[in-house]
This record gives sequence, C-alpha cells and structure tokens, in this order.
Amino acid sequence: MNNSPYFLKPASVQSVMLRVLVALLPGIAAYVWFFGAAILVQIVLASVTALAAEAVMLRLRDKPVMLFLSDGSALVTAWLIALTFPSIAPWWLTVLGTLLAIVVAKHLYGGLGQNPFNPAMVAFALMIVAYPLLMSQWPKVDATDFAGQWEAIFGSRQILDAMTMATPLDALRTVLRDPEQRAMIGGILGSKATFGNVGGRGWEWIATGYFLGGLYLLQQRIITWHMPTAFLATLFVVSGAFALYEPDRFAGPGFQLFTGGAMLAAFFIVTDPVSGATTPRGKLIFAAGVALLTWIIRTFGAYPDGIAFAVLLMNIATPLIDMYTQPPVFGHKDKRGDSP
Amino acid sequence: MSALQRLFKFHGGVKPAYNKEASTGLPIAVAPTPTLLVIPLHQSIGGMPRPLVKAGERVLKGQRIGGADGNASSAVHASTSGAVVAVEMRLMPHTSGLSALCVVIEPDGRDEWIARQPFDFRKASPTQTRDYLRDAGVVGLGGAVFPTHLKLNPGKHGKLDTLVLNGAECEPFITCDDVLMRERAETILKGAIIMREMLSARQVLIGIEDNKPEAIAAMEIAAQAANQAAGDLAMQVVSVPTRYPAGGAKQLIRVLTGIEVPHGKRSTDYGVQCFNVGTAYAVYEAIALGQPLISRIVTVAGNVGQARNYEALFGTPMRDLVALCDPLPDSDRVIMGGPMMGLLMPGDEVPVVKATNCVLVGSRKLFPPPPPEMPCIRCGECAKACPADLQPFEMYWFSRAKIFGKAQEYKLFDCIECGCCAYVCPSHIPLVDYYRFAKSEIWAREVDKEAADIARERYEFRLLREEREKQEKAAKLAAKTAAGREKAAAAIAEAAKPAATPEDDTKKALIAAALERAKAQKEQVHPGNVSNLTPEQEAEVTAIEARRAEIREMAKPHLRQDD
Ligand code: SF4
Ligand code: SF4
Repeated sequence: MNNSPYFLKPASVQSVMLRVLVALLPGIAAYVWFFGAAILVQIVLASVTALAAEAVMLRLRDKPVMLFLSDGSALVTAWLIALTFPSIAPWWLTVLGTLLAIVVAKHLYGGLGQNPFNPAMVAFALMIVAYPLLMSQWPKVDATDFAGQWEAIFGSRQILDAMTMATPLDALRTVLRDPEQRAMIGGILGSKATFGNVGGRGWEWIATGYFLGGLYLLQQRIITWHMPTAFLATLFVVSGAFALYEPDRFAGPGFQLFTGGAMLAAFFIVTDPVSGATTPRGKLIFAAGVALLTWIIRTFGAYPDGIAFAVLLMNIATPLIDMYTQPPVFGHKDKRGDSP
Repeated sequence: MSALQRLFKFHGGVKPAYNKEASTGLPIAVAPTPTLLVIPLHQSIGGMPRPLVKAGERVLKGQRIGGADGNASSAVHASTSGAVVAVEMRLMPHTSGLSALCVVIEPDGRDEWIARQPFDFRKASPTQTRDYLRDAGVVGLGGAVFPTHLKLNPGKHGKLDTLVLNGAECEPFITCDDVLMRERAETILKGAIIMREMLSARQVLIGIEDNKPEAIAAMEIAAQAANQAAGDLAMQVVSVPTRYPAGGAKQLIRVLTGIEVPHGKRSTDYGVQCFNVGTAYAVYEAIALGQPLISRIVTVAGNVGQARNYEALFGTPMRDLVALCDPLPDSDRVIMGGPMMGLLMPGDEVPVVKATNCVLVGSRKLFPPPPPEMPCIRCGECAKACPADLQPFEMYWFSRAKIFGKAQEYKLFDCIECGCCAYVCPSHIPLVDYYRFAKSEIWAREVDKEAADIARERYEFRLLREEREKQEKAAKLAAKTAAGREKAAAAIAEAAKPAATPEDDTKKALIAAALERAKAQKEQVHPGNVSNLTPEQEAEVTAIEARRAEIREMAKPHLRQDD
C-alpha cells in the first residue's frame, strides 16, 4: 500500500496532451479553410508514423507499450510536425521527419521527459537542411483543390508549380535580397494578395486560431503566461524597433507575429516543458531568447523561418538557464543560495 | 476585527476535497476506557522518557509513568488508574512497524486521579513553569508533538510581537481542532492568555480557515470576552483562505504576519511563535487544573458509517475508536492523520498517542492505488504547488539518481513533506516517497560516516597499542641490559592491565586510556620526550572528538518547529 498522500488530483499526462491537441483545432480549422484538406492528410500521416515508431521503440526499450502509447505525447509531436511542414510536402518527407523526431530526438535520448531537444523542431531542422526545396513549397492560399493536393503528396509533383507560392516570409526574403525591390518594401508588404492584412493572407487567420488555442491552454493552466508573453513581446519589440528605425528594410511587428509559425511557437512549441526552461524567470529568458534568435534568423539568416533553429539553440542553454534562475525558497526570499 | 487584518499569501498549496462535514455533525464524545491501555513512553520529539513504574505497581490517573530524559523531552502519564501489567516492547503507531517500550495498564475502572494542584505560574520563574509543563507532558497537538515547554520561551529579545494560535486545520477529514474551538473556545483562550504572558507577546492572532464558520464565530465571542476582561484588543480571530497547507506553522505565520521563518531558524528570532489550539487547551488544563496531558480529541473519519470526534485516553487501541463509528466492510487500512500527510498504521491495534489527531479509516475505494508512475515531463505543476517554494522535480530527479548532494542543494531539507507536489503530479510520481528516501539515505550516510570515524579511531588506537607493544619490548630489552629493572617491570605491569580491555565500548574511554598508557610508557622509556609527544596526541584526540561531535550534531534529526 502506498504512502501519503493517499489521494491524488485527477490529472494525467494523457489529459494534458489531449488538451494540447484540442487547443490546436482552431488553427487547423483555419488551415483547412484557406489551404485545403491536405494538412489533414499530413496530420494523419504523421500521427500514424509517430504511433508506430513509438510502439516499436517502446517494445525495443522494454517499456509498457500501451501505457506510454496512450500518453498522447507522440501525437502532439506528430501534429506539430504536420503543422510546421508544408502541407503539400511529399508523404515520405513527413514520415521521415516524424521518424527522426520519435526515434532519434525522443527515444534515443531516453523517451518521454528525457529529450533535451524539442523533437518536432529537430525534425524540422533536419529536413530543411536536407531538403530545403521541398520544405519551402507551400500551397497557394485558396488553392483548396484536394485531388491536386493528394496528387502532390502521394504522386507526381509535376503540377506543383501551379499550386505553390512563396510564403509571405519567403516573399519578404526575396524582396529584402533584391536592392531594387527593397526600396518598395512598404508597398509590397501592403499588397494584400500575399501579405493579407497583417501577417499574410490566410496565415493571419491560422495564427489567430493558434492564439485562441493558446488562450485555452492558459485557461486550463497547462501553460503559464511567461513563455507566450515573453516570446511575443520580444518579437514585437525587436521587430518594432527595427521597423521604426528603417521601415524600408524591416518588416513590422504585426507581420512578424502573424506570419510563419510565430503564434504556433509562442503557445505550442517554446512551451514544450520537457526541453524548455522551467523556472518562472527561466521561462521568460528562454522564450525571449527564442524570439530574438527567430527574428535574427528570419532577417539575416539563410532560412526563411528560424523558429526551429532558435528553439534548438535555446534548448542547449536550458540547463544553464534553469540553474541560474532558481527562485528563492521559503524563508530565503531576500537573498538566494546560502543555507540556513 | 478580522476585517482589519491584512493577510499575506503563501506560494503554492492545493485544494483537495475536504470531507470535513461528516465528522462535525455530532458533538465531542468521550471514548470509553478500553480494557487495556498501551502507553508508549516515547510520544514526543526529543529524548525517550525513562520508565518510572514496574509491572505489578498500581498507578493513579495522571501519575507520571515516564520521566523526561533531559530538557528536550517530555513526560508521559497514566491515562487512568489501574495496575501496570507490563513494561514491554509493543507495536508503535508508525509506518515502520517497529516496536518500542510501552507501559501496559489494566484499568481498575475507578478512574482515580492523583492529587491535582494548580500551578501558580505567576509566582514561579519561567524556567520552573517550563519544567512543570515538561513534567506535565504537554506537547504540540497539531501532530508534530514538539515539547511545548521548549517553545514557551520568548528568545533573545525577551518578548515577542505575535503569538499565533493555529486553528487552521487544513488537512482533509480532520476536524478535532474545529470541534474543540466550537465547544471549548473559552478554555483555549485561557490557555492562550497563559502562553501570551510567558512569551510577553504583544498580540495573539488566531488563524482559522474560512471553511469553519462555526469555530470562527465561537472563537470570536470568546476573544471579545477575553479582550473585554483584559481591557485591550490583543486577541484577534483571523479567518484565512482555505488552502492546504494553510495550517502548516510556517505557512500560517506567513499568512498572518507576512514573516517567513526559514528552515532551521527559530520563529522567536522573528518575533513570532505558533501553537496549535489544542496545545493551548492542554496548557490551561496543566497549569490551571493541575491535569497532565492524558487524553486528546481524535477525529475518527473516512470509510466509516458515522464519523465523529472522540476525547480518547492515550493508550486506547485505535481499533476501539474505529469500532465506535461502524466502519464499512471494505475498510482495509488505518491511517494516523489526514490523507495528505498521514501515516499508514501497521495494524489497527496500535494505541492513540499525543500525535493522533485523526484515525482515518481507508479502503481501496476511498483511496485507490495511484495510477502507474510515468516519467517526469517537467511540467512544473509540482513547483507551482509547493508551499516551500522548492523545485520538486529537480529534487526528485537527483533523489532518484541518488545524487544526494545535488538534492540538498535544491534544499531537500526545506521540504515539509506536505504532499502537494505528489498530489498534483500528472505523471503520478510518488514524489514525497523519493524525498523521504533521500533524507533517510543522507541520515544513514551521516551515521555511516560516524561509524567510519569510529573505525578509524579504533585503527588509530591499534597503532597506538602496537607502538606501545614495541616500546614494551624495547623496555624489556632495556630492562635486561640496563640497571632500571624494577622500573621497567612496573611499566610492563602498568601497560598490561589496560590492554586486557581493548573492546571497551566507550570510545572516549578507550582513547583516554590509550593516551594514558602511551603517556606512561613514554614516561618510563623515554622520559625526555613526554612533553613533545603528549600534546600532539592529545590534540589529535581532541580533533577526532570534535569532528565526531559535529557529525552527531548534524545527524540529530532537526527538531521540527511545526506544531
Ligand atoms: S508535476 Fe510531476 S511531471 Fe510535472 S514536473 Fe513535477 S514531477 Fe515532473
Ligand atoms: S512535499 Fe516537499 S517538495 Fe512537495 S510540495 Fe510539499 S514541501 Fe514542496
């Protein structure tokens, strides 16, 4: 018979993970609305791959398969991979990315709770380095023709050109790279076809969906305010400051926040508890660091969206951040560290 | 007046289901005297009292049967009159299942008191009053059983700002303080007045969780009366938000005064002292009525048909109390205390002791076995819930990996084992078990270290002896060749005597003896070297002793101030 406490709050890893999945639904709905059902195919692909890989790894590691399989953590990783990869990426790209996330980033490091790096971001980073082209073919907004998308995912990719377009971030990068166009950045960013009202047509609605899901996670106390606030505020302040300073060269904060994976990152990616900082101050530093690196990579780097690299870089710093941000314990609030 | 009180918050805490109503419906009942009382001698923190009675003796109700062992100890008394049938080892109300010395009394049914003399503490010196309370066996009744007399000392400033009376009672199911406050508020405050005088405290704050409106009302009426009588406003009842563990002494002090007393520090150094309301009641009974502590209010609750509070004599088997409350057939365990911090009893025959605030009957249905343990996902729920502001998952990680030094760096010993972290953990990790394990391992290592030190001393002693034997031989040789034959013989005789008792168990005596012998030897053989060698050896021995004393001090379980 167990020792005290004799009763527990009805909480479980499974219920935490399921609520994270629920929180992703509004963003996914917007995704389907603007970019077609291809994303659902990718989610299914990633989920099946993740569960299968998880089951095999658990069997190999001699862990109770059903217990861990049902914890839902593999599904969360799978969904994040699907949502960060292009929705018309070939099927094997998603499968390969998911396999790497589950097998290498998660289980080779010791499984649930042990991985120092965010598995979904490991998958993204590896894939974009290995297949930069495939990883940047995004569907055209409003091109919701499912048969064509299906063909792109599972069949030939010849029709692809008609379906893809540069994402707003890509478009911005191209513009920034070209000195002649750069002078007109203000006008280009104003073109609603690509850039929508704030963050790119369609993308801004997906971001809004993620934002709503994030509020739900906050309300459910699954995440705390620290990470999303620090992430979004840092991105806002840095991009805002540079945009004010040289509006012709830098995209403004509205664009930065509502484009690419910024909202997804703020509420679902930097908030991954396993690989992120855990202390309140540590969370602020961690998320602010991710935001800063993201902006730097987006603005100066070779890849369109820098969130994955930013997260991985900050993952390396996590133990250090935690160590130096330990909150004072009871009775030691004034000064920290010395034993009674 | 409670409206004027500014409250502070403590970090963390949880809100489990309280389940308190079940046992507050009926007034306190006096539990019948059992056929046999088993009274453990060691019922408080501190030294184990020595037995003062033998089998066959007749004892009176309130007669001292265990004398305090030094000042950091507390006496134990016969709960009723009767015959001592045995002084023997009996199963203790502790999870370990260990036995300890108990006085077994067969009540004679006459319930005959000793001569009871009120104690005029205003005429006595503070030390005399404290000694009196020690011999009256008054200890903290909130569950920590810290000897009350040790805490009734205003400390270095000679006075305190605040005396806190703890009526928060935050553990689910337990209502013994609640009903005591409802029914005997006035007596509690009479005890508080005595305590306040002894501590020269400016004010008395009585903290009660706001889920006990009846107790708050009763205490408020009594406090108003007391204030009127005293002509001041010293007594204030403060309703505090209901949140476990608001009744932890440190948490309550923080809520009422904003002061955080660090682990290992005396709260009197911060101008406050905290006592359970039941303790105040016991102080009054001891001082004003001359009645030592022989009974207490015990909540019997959980898997029973009719939960209730009983005034039970110490030594009453828990099963007798349970039987009064018609336990449900699927009951499978008895817990002493509440569901958050209570101890699983090794059987239901163990006696009610001073620490028994609650006898909680459990079943698989009421307290189902926890779901399987999963790995920690570092979600931080535990840190959010920890009232000691610790990082439980870090301590868990290092305790599990047996990196105890690191666990201590994360302030393992500041953990009050309240169970909040384990309660909220979505991975169902029995976190507190890991802390208990780590703490006991650390203590064990200290003890091992001490044992190693002893072994090293033994070794050092052997070296001394070998040295001495060598010198004996030299002396013999010298005796053969030189003229001082008689002198050498005396030396050998001198040396041989103590050598016959090398396994002496007091190490200090051994060292001293070895030193003596060596000294004698040196004097005999090399008279010229005495002044050089002995101080060195002496210094070494002193150093060894000092080291050991230090370790012993460290290894002494920290006396908890919690009440
Ligand atoms: S609550 Fe449990 S799973 Fe969460 S961090 Fe604490 S120990 Fe780990
Ligand atoms: S048991 Fe210890 S670590 Fe856990 S919440 Fe209580 S004080 Fe904190």
